Amino acid sequence: MKARRSKESIAGVLFALPWLIGFTVFMLYPVCASIYYSFCEYSVLKPPIYVGFENYVDLFHDDIFRKSLWNTFFYVIISVPLSTIITIGLALLLNAKIRGQAFYRTFFYLPSLVPQTALACLWLWVFNSEHGLLNMGLEKLSGHFWIFHWHISGPPWLSDTTWSKPALIFMALWTGGNAMVIYLAGLQDVPVELLEASDLDGASPSAKLRHVTIPMISPVILFNVIMAMIGAFQIFAVPYIMFPNGQPAQSTYFYVMYLFDTAIVYHKMGYACAMGWIMFILIFVMTLLSLKVSEKRVYYSGG
Amino acid sequence: MHLGAVKTVAGIAVILGSVIWSERIVIHNPPPGRVHVVYWEKWTDFEADAMRDVVDAFNASQDKIYVDYLSISGIENKTLMAVSGGDPPDVAGLYGQNVAQYADDDAILVLDDFCKQKGISADRYIPAFFKIGYYRNHIYSLPSAPASVALHYNKDMLAAAGIAEPPKTYEELDEDCDKLIKRDPRTNHIIQQGFMPAEPGWWNFAWGYWFGGKLWNGKDKITANSPENIRAFEWIQSFSKKYGTSEMQSFRGGFGAFNSPQNAFLDGQVAMEQQGVWMSNFISKHAPHLKWGAVPMPYPKDRPDLANLTVADEDVLVIPRGAKHPKEAFEFINFVESQKGMTILCLGQRKNSPLKEMPPEFYSKHPNPFIKLFSDLPKGPKTFSTPQMGIWPEYMAALSTAFDEVNLMQKTPKEALDDVQARMQPKLDESLERLRRRGVIK
Repeated sequence: MKARRSKESIAGVLFALPWLIGFTVFMLYPVCASIYYSFCEYSVLKPPIYVGFENYVDLFHDDIFRKSLWNTFFYVIISVPLSTIITIGLALLLNAKIRGQAFYRTFFYLPSLVPQTALACLWLWVFNSEHGLLNMGLEKLSGHFWIFHWHISGPPWLSDTTWSKPALIFMALWTGGNAMVIYLAGLQDVPVELLEASDLDGASPSAKLRHVTIPMISPVILFNVIMAMIGAFQIFAVPYIMFPNGQPAQSTYFYVMYLFDTAIVYHKMGYACAMGWIMFILIFVMTLLSLKVSEKRVYYSGG
Repeated sequence: MHLGAVKTVAGIAVILGSVIWSERIVIHNPPPGRVHVVYWEKWTDFEADAMRDVVDAFNASQDKIYVDYLSISGIENKTLMAVSGGDPPDVAGLYGQNVAQYADDDAILVLDDFCKQKGISADRYIPAFFKIGYYRNHIYSLPSAPASVALHYNKDMLAAAGIAEPPKTYEELDEDCDKLIKRDPRTNHIIQQGFMPAEPGWWNFAWGYWFGGKLWNGKDKITANSPENIRAFEWIQSFSKKYGTSEMQSFRGGFGAFNSPQNAFLDGQVAMEQQGVWMSNFISKHAPHLKWGAVPMPYPKDRPDLANLTVADEDVLVIPRGAKHPKEAFEFINFVESQKGMTILCLGQRKNSPLKEMPPEFYSKHPNPFIKLFSDLPKGPKTFSTPQMGIWPEYMAALSTAFDEVNLMQKTPKEALDDVQARMQPKLDESLERLRRRGVIK
């Protein structure tokens, strides 16, 4: 029996070995090495030279670091709650037992399948200030309300510092399909007997939502909020394509864009590693905070 | 059970077959007995075809070396990674502005001895193009396809506005813009503009040079906020002041991609634009009926010495550190640097040549009607290029941000350039200190 169990263990390890090797070589080692490099002057092309806390000290005097951090926080603080509200709303609508339910679910999920680069190219045209779908739509709307002398003129979304970040947030809302599917799955688990009981007690739909549905899916909300927050902190590909150098005037220069430029374009891998670790600590602290804040607000049926 | 085993074997055979087949598709086997030189280059489309013709001509000219051309996007970043990983190509086609940074990082080889052996020296080249690869008294790169910049103008638009000739000075350009601007009477939106400093936005660093400024002293001092640079940025801001910041931004926000018929110059939204020698390719591709011309960039009226100024742009060939066949790689570079190689390359890419002497048929066969202008402009004594400094990518990004801030009226030109100065001088000091620490400079 013992021999069989040890044979099984060896087989298990052997099966996991390809992943273990890959994880150690491509994840664990680079992660550990990056701690050391963050204390070095290192361009990738020459051996690292240990410089102590120089990179970390320099970062706190770096105005572009502060600017990129502010841009990222702005994006996280606005986009995460907004996308949470919208995706929950969509999931509630798509949970309704109506004809064509499968079609609507597919329809709203579809944008999440568009690759990031294609998405950026598509939205470059949607946001085009003269011929874009959005501003043309606003112009048409303005035509309908012309009788009231209203004239809605869409802003230059991509070239105005006031509108560039909101444009990106607006875009992010379009791709909330994955979160929406998770909410939908959560909604399936809301006990029917609770909803029926509240019906019998004469609860209104909004009261059922507030006192039954939302509390019952609160663990799913917490999970999605944390995942959305981590994703938003790491925003990179779309703004990198749509806004070269964080244009206009670095209003869309996000943290990971600066990290990438520092490592790959400016050849300062040590400095970039320090940035990476600061980002890690930031996300870690924010996640812990979210868990702490949600402790008394999240309902776990097993707990 | 038996069927299961057959299925497993068949599955493994299909996977193995796919792996072997895909390897055969991807890997080019050079002819036996020849040294295989791997060459990474940034170009695609007809520009890649031109270099492939050079490679084919080289491969056919001898039987000892075989060059394999590979189009690579993000060439500078991938070369960096390949060098650090110890498996770089034998030849890489970088941008001229990469040379100082890659040389400082010891990522590319010094070509002095190779050049000496082959008799390649500065005499062969137009000085501005040779200088791009000559850094800290060593040759680090040699030119592949160069370019120079001039003011392109739409003849019909100028004629319709009653302008007989393209502007020679910035003061004349301002007057022409006043004549060329058109607005939608209903919305007051700009629908046509004479010139926009932000278009195409590729030489935002160069505005100071056009007004007689410099970005550093060539050694240890940043000069971003020199009076000439501030004057240039004041001229840039004058457009926003005169025509309205949001109107200009809104108008610009409607432009299509550069390589498309919706390009602002090609579809007649902007009458004049600073552009490189390559623009004629895009005109013939997207707007073949456009009547256009090219003249030197304007100069300030009180600085006639800046007439006929241009920026020398250049793609370069380097041998990365760790290349397996540097000697053979240079044989190929030597072929590219010949009149024969440059004729195939620059004619194919429809650009000017970095060489002083080119055969007469180069000019007679060239499809760009203004090739003589683009060839002659870089011969001027004041031709400038991007500064040779390791921190150039950061400096360029800072200047680009300052340009935006001035263009959007967020800062005065002096404030924006003072900020660049304050940010970049410590960066330069730090970079020089690091080079000293590593013994690259004294």
